[in-house]
Amino acid sequence: MSIRLGTAVAVACLISGVAAAQTAKPTDPQIAHIAYTAGQIDIDAAKQATSKATNKDVKAFAQDMERDHTAVNQQALALVKKLNVTPEDNDTSKSLSKQATDERAKLAKLSGAAFDKAYVDNEVAYHKAVDAALENTLIPSATNPELKSLLQTGLKIFKGHLEHAEHLAATLK
Amino acid sequence: MVGRALSTLMVFVLAVGCSAARAETIRVTIKGLGFSPAQTQAKVGDTIEWINEDFVAHTATVRGEWDMMVPVHKSASLVLKRAGTVEYYCRFHPNMKGSIAVAPE
Repeated sequence: MSIRLGTAVAVACLISGVAAAQTAKPTDPQIAHIAYTAGQIDIDAAKQATSKATNKDVKAFAQDMERDHTAVNQQALALVKKLNVTPEDNDTSKSLSKQATDERAKLAKLSGAAFDKAYVDNEVAYHKAVDAALENTLIPSATNPELKSLLQTGLKIFKGHLEHAEHLAATLK
Repeated sequence: MVGRALSTLMVFVLAVGCSAARAETIRVTIKGLGFSPAQTQAKVGDTIEWINEDFVAHTATVRGEWDMMVPVHKSASLVLKRAGTVEYYCRFHPNMKGSIAVAPE
């Protein structure tokens, strides 16, 4: 529990820390990069879970995550192309990727029911953190209305994922 | 005899025709992660058609009863067989909920 909370708080601080660290709101190209990176992280986690999970509901959940986050990222790519915006790498994206790589390495050492539970618990924590970052930092900072709208749709999708992950976590206890 | 058989047939055709004309198709649009209308009314024999305008797949699910897949930019239909109120949700995004009040035929 403390590990899950720790991860959630760390990711939330990391993303909302963009504004504090730079004493300015993240720019649209940075927001696009952060959102895309956050999606890619969940796709990579889903791929790992699709091959390692043993519980069929956990496997199905991982497939749902891969499908939805891929669809959102495709929309994001199409939008940045249309707007002629080049996503800009930044410290938040870099820290998110590093943290995700560490998390995947931790999960790689687990197997069976222990892996299933750790993956789903992490999905709950991760979606909580990303949803909070979208709501409190990324959406309010976005200036382009189409980018803002896509982030808002993303938030609704990810709130659904959080609820789905919480239901699933409750069945794994 | 032939006349009677014919008139029976006509009554049958009429009955089938009437019941087909009475059954309606009720459309529920899925857009921006919501069912619209979220609450709808229908009667036994009507068809519910969910039309997904989102870029992610959804379902209209009643646990243990139906699990309708509604793929991206596609639709799915179901004929209502029983009276009563059914609460459904999307299995992929359980924050999406809808209900249909089904009246007897």
